[in-house]
Amino acid sequence: MAVDKKMKVLIVDDYRTMLRILRNLLRQLDFRNVEEATDGTEALQKLREGGYGLIISDWNMEPMTGIQLLRHVRGDEKMKRIPFIMVTAESKPENVVAAKQAGVSNYIVKPFNAETLRGKMASVLGEF
Amino acid sequence: MAGKRVDVARLLSELRNKYGDTVKVEEVAKVVGTLLATNTGEMAGVSRKIYTELEALNRYIQSAKAEISALRPDEVKDEFLPTATGELDAIIAATAEATNAIMDATEVIETVADALEGEQQDNLMNATTNIYEACGFQDITGQRITKVVNTLKEIEDKVDALVSAFGDKIDKVKVEKKSEAAVAPDDLSDADLLEGPQMNGEGISQDEIDRLLADFD
Repeated sequence: MAVDKKMKVLIVDDYRTMLRILRNLLRQLDFRNVEEATDGTEALQKLREGGYGLIISDWNMEPMTGIQLLRHVRGDEKMKRIPFIMVTAESKPENVVAAKQAGVSNYIVKPFNAETLRGKMASVLGEF
Repeated sequence: MAGKRVDVARLLSELRNKYGDTVKVEEVAKVVGTLLATNTGEMAGVSRKIYTELEALNRYIQSAKAEISALRPDEVKDEFLPTATGELDAIIAATAEATNAIMDATEVIETVADALEGEQQDNLMNATTNIYEACGFQDITGQRITKVVNTLKEIEDKVDALVSAFGDKIDKVKVEKKSEAAVAPDDLSDADLLEGPQMNGEGISQDEIDRLLADFD
């Protein structure tokens, strides 16, 4: 099945510049329906509105971190099937293991390039 | 001897009531001093050895107090650490501003690329993608600097505890240093003049510099 590029994507990061980078890279991949949040709490508020097809989130944020957001999402009946990609500078094996155990769909280490982002999105959404 | 032990116990009890478990170094020195004073006449054999050790410990504490006070931990806490933290915060702000300026320009280029076709469009779009990727440096450096700032805050807490423990002694060093400064010449050295770049609000603007220079004409 073809990937619907009109899907609503939620990007979460406490660095405004990173949100802008992600938004620009997603636009170049033709994903233009993008919403932003600066931490897990704000992300959850947006997710409760419904309709999201993908979450791309940083890990290191306050007050709610990316891994806490992931656990909330996976524990919520309405949200638990939304693909969740962690984009983070945390590159220790234990981080990756913890994220996997919490149900992450894929994991991108910063700094990353556009092709890595496209590849990981394709791995969870299907080729586009 | 039993009476003297009671005195020391009372002293310790008073200290605990006054300071809890965090006793000022000066008070510890007083206790050691009291121990030495109360036992002087009765030392022999092993007791004499203990006395010598306690005396050395007393000298060590006094010497450490003087050296640490001279290092001015209050200055480290009140001046150096906040300055370093402020400089690092300024780096984060400056790199964020520069990154956004780069992205403003890149988004304009991308709009122009949209109007082109074929290889020209592809080349420009690839270039803009590369710029967006490179802008990720701001996020990484920002996170690293934030870690350093947090470490500085931990050091600040520890220095704070040190300042509390040496309070009176440091106040004395402060007064001595102030009186030294009063007799020092007002002339700034070359090193004193190298403190830039100034933080926002600390320096003067180009217009103010121009006016200042014009005053010399």
